[in-house]
Amino acid sequence: MPNRNNVWANIDWITVSIYLAMMFIGWINIYAAVYNEEHKSIFDFSQQYGKQLIWIFAAIFIAVLMINTDSKFFVTFAIPIYVIIFVLLMLVPLIGTEINGAKSWIQIGNFLLQPSEFMKMATSLAIARYISSYNFKMHSYKSLLTLSAIILLPVGLIFLQNDTGSAIVFGVFLLVLYREGLNGIVLFFAFLIALVFILTMVVDSYITIWILSLTGFLVHFLIRRKSKKSLVAMGIFGSVYLIFWLINFLLQGTIDPLYFILTAAVVSSGIFYIYSLVLRKKNLAILIGIYLGSVLFSVSVDYVFHNIMEQHQRDRINELLGIQSDVHGAGYHVNQSKIAIGSGGFIGKGFLQGTQTKFDFVPEQSTDFIFCTVGEEWGFLGTTLVIGLFMGLLMRLIFLAERNRSKFSRVYGYCVATILFFHFAINIGMTIGLAPVIGIPLPFFSYGGSSLWSFTLLLFVFVRLDANRFEQLSY
Amino acid sequence: MDTFSKRKYIVAGIMLGIAAIFILRLFTIQITNKTYKQFATRNVLRKIITFPARGFIYDRHKEMMVYNKAAYDLWVVPREVKPFDTTELCRIIQIERQDFRNALNKAKQYSRFKPSIIVGQISPEINAPLQEKLYKYPGFFTQSRTLREYPSKSAAQVLGYVGEVNQQMIEKDKYYRSGDYIGVTGLEKAYEKELRGIKGVTKSMVDVHNRIKGKYNEGLEDTTAILGQNLLTGLDAEVQAYAELLMTNKRGAIVAIEPATGEILLMVSAPSYDPNLLVGRQRSTNYGTLVGDSVNKPMWNRAVIGTFPPGSTFKLVNALIALQEHAVSPFDRFSCSGQSSSPIKCTHSHVSPLAMREGIRESCNSYFWNLFRNVINHSSTSAEGYEVWRNHVMNFGFGQKVGVELSSEVKGNIPQVTYYDKYFGQKKWNAMTIRSLSIGQGEIEVTPLQLANMAATIANRGYYITPHLVKAIQDTNRVYRELEYEKKVTGINPEYFDIVIEGMQAVIDETRLSQSVHMDSIVVCGKTGTVQNPHGADHSAFVAFAPKNNPKIAIAVFIQNAGFGATYAAPIAGLIMEKYLNDSIPPRKKDLERRMIETDLMNVIQVKK
Repeated sequence: MPNRNNVWANIDWITVSIYLAMMFIGWINIYAAVYNEEHKSIFDFSQQYGKQLIWIFAAIFIAVLMINTDSKFFVTFAIPIYVIIFVLLMLVPLIGTEINGAKSWIQIGNFLLQPSEFMKMATSLAIARYISSYNFKMHSYKSLLTLSAIILLPVGLIFLQNDTGSAIVFGVFLLVLYREGLNGIVLFFAFLIALVFILTMVVDSYITIWILSLTGFLVHFLIRRKSKKSLVAMGIFGSVYLIFWLINFLLQGTIDPLYFILTAAVVSSGIFYIYSLVLRKKNLAILIGIYLGSVLFSVSVDYVFHNIMEQHQRDRINELLGIQSDVHGAGYHVNQSKIAIGSGGFIGKGFLQGTQTKFDFVPEQSTDFIFCTVGEEWGFLGTTLVIGLFMGLLMRLIFLAERNRSKFSRVYGYCVATILFFHFAINIGMTIGLAPVIGIPLPFFSYGGSSLWSFTLLLFVFVRLDANRFEQLSY
Repeated sequence: MDTFSKRKYIVAGIMLGIAAIFILRLFTIQITNKTYKQFATRNVLRKIITFPARGFIYDRHKEMMVYNKAAYDLWVVPREVKPFDTTELCRIIQIERQDFRNALNKAKQYSRFKPSIIVGQISPEINAPLQEKLYKYPGFFTQSRTLREYPSKSAAQVLGYVGEVNQQMIEKDKYYRSGDYIGVTGLEKAYEKELRGIKGVTKSMVDVHNRIKGKYNEGLEDTTAILGQNLLTGLDAEVQAYAELLMTNKRGAIVAIEPATGEILLMVSAPSYDPNLLVGRQRSTNYGTLVGDSVNKPMWNRAVIGTFPPGSTFKLVNALIALQEHAVSPFDRFSCSGQSSSPIKCTHSHVSPLAMREGIRESCNSYFWNLFRNVINHSSTSAEGYEVWRNHVMNFGFGQKVGVELSSEVKGNIPQVTYYDKYFGQKKWNAMTIRSLSIGQGEIEVTPLQLANMAATIANRGYYITPHLVKAIQDTNRVYRELEYEKKVTGINPEYFDIVIEGMQAVIDETRLSQSVHMDSIVVCGKTGTVQNPHGADHSAFVAFAPKNNPKIAIAVFIQNAGFGATYAAPIAGLIMEKYLNDSIPPRKKDLERRMIETDLMNVIQVKK
């Protein structure tokens, strides 16, 4: 029988162990990434690796502090904490310090704190508090409006402060809401919209519509299992496109092929919509609706981006997606990053033997691109170990969240897991060329006190809540 | 109770799915795909070239003619530059502030991270104070490189110069990279491969800004630079300089050859220039001045590219051909009516009739017209006769490149039968038509080198060794490797040379040249020539060799607008031979020497008398 009174006996040591392991591996890799012949000691406090050790000890201190805090504190003060950090966030433009073009830091003594990092925890607390409140119904207007406000207010503020990467993270709360009952359609559409948007930006509308069309045929085939009909559909689409293309070719016109594929999409959609109405095939009608909606969305994004937005707005989006921010041309950083990781091979080049990261080919090698050092020096073994650690932590967090009887703890636990997951997915995804280059840190690995502390805070509030699971009543 | 509990699987599934995609992706880029490894190597490796010192050039007495001196290039990495005292730096390196600013801006435009040369070829005298102050100028550093130095300041066109490679050269030879030096003319060009050595490569690891971070593979793949090889030439630096002194304020060329070996003892082209002008910071300015001097054309090596009719010096060849073809005997006499001789008037006054020895001594035009006509008419047709004559002439090295190492050498011209056929019509020409050839005028054109080679051939009594400047190459083990040169035989029976050489001795001993060319202890053989110049004053030509037996030097002197060969070309040749053979000029010739040096023939009125 667990001891209900000793919090240390009840904290989840698996989570704590993974947490410590990650920080340690991160520290070693920061040392390797910015290794400097003149400062060989890993304890040299003038270097990033020395400093990171201080941040780690400070983080452990924060963790201990959290564990020694009464868990009721977080429940009771969830909303005040949210409000206080939100106010701090609002004050940033006034009292903040500008670093790398983003005025999102507050300087306290020698320390730089980024309120947006702590806002993730505060928002998680607020969401948990609201969802766990007595009369909560997910699909009431009031609930949806309140939740939207809790999430979107800080997102707006952070976005205005030019820290787009951090703002995007808040999108992951959709996963939490989904777990708590939000209709899956919302998740699906959010995903679809994001996908079409990114595709349109990264390639262009023309190719996006091709991809959408081919996916449409594939989905149709998978649902209907009638290859003949899918082929007929493709035939109609293809011939409409070809007819226009040929006319243009013969008349030696200079019409953008985007118009042909758009016409083909609209015409064939129209034909199949009538067909689906006649045969009363509701699924087909929905599929066509989603398809046509995506196509039109892609075209409008393209149009808005090129014809309505101002140049600086375009720059912001390109910057966010890593399209034009590279000084050496598009894709340079991602390419260098892939070279670094790819050159590691199966067992890696060995500790301190990496060349790509150390010699600055990879940007931000100790912060956003720390995964490159892992890949280069520790190879496939190292990268799978890190991914394994993250999966271990995330699965453990979901398990812990689910075992809590308190809804507050569960929702908060999911918030922690999904935030960490989002950082993991975007950060590692960007280093291997699967995600846009959005500059957000890899939790517990990347150099920097502010992010390490905020993730520690985020995690250990949950560890503390979980340690209290036997005393909790279901809220 | 919790209706959505099953959704935990979907959430966990999304996470695990992404992780699986990542691992798959990592598997392909880290294990399956090998190209990233190659990219990585290319990324960090920078080859740093070390330049070997260029080989030296020695004269025949192993005196240094070309060596290297240290120079320093001032480089800058714009990114590392901090504000500094421009005035002081410009004062130290002796450069205009504006020029310095321009160079710095150019460097910035090229790259902020990569080093650029800001001031090239700084002398050691300037470098010393610069090194002391360099700590004040972060971002600037110096790199040593070698520059050519020509201690005797002579033989400029023969030695040639070294310049930066151009794009064409880089494309032609993969060895060169932008900024490398290459021999552009003269021996520097001809022996470029030997002189340059082999560049060394140091493979270093560098970061994205090209900053060196250490050796690659512990330096195992590095190669050291191999020094350039030294050239041992047959030139006599002292006599070369003396010959150039004699050619002060004159236009023309002198070539001297050691007959037994074919080694070129000296090769002068006047006007010349100080080869040190084409070295160092002033190089480009000086180069422009030299190239732009269209009157003096100091860059031209007239000894190998200047062509002119050989005039009377060519009578020696005609005499030898006539003897070989049995067209005349040494004792056949031909009469001369002086100025009223036909078809060629003779400008020399002498007794008549003359046999070969006296014909050569008096350079009698009538004698050689008759001799030449006999050669041409010896065959059944004029064309056949001419062909026989031409083959003999070609065997002396005329009408073709004799094969000296200088690529600028030209062939000269000994017209083919077809030329006359075309000009006059087939069978519509005969000895009479081409009579000018009998006295070395007309269509034939030779270079001073060919003329010197002719003198060497006569000195050798019938053969010559391909004239050459370099006799041996000293490899990196300090061992001299002698170069082999081809021996070419004229086909003229050696015994026929005796009478011609007798005539040449008579030219020196029995004419007014006995004052200016004759030596007290050494028998000199020679022949003057006056080359008719339709554009102005005649050119002065002279060939000679000495001693008569076992000749040590054969020489050809050609001076533009100097009138009779005996006036300037012969005395100058005499002084040079005296200097080479006796190492000093006897007191009785001191006055002559002074006169020769002081004579200015640069501005002779370019109108026929």
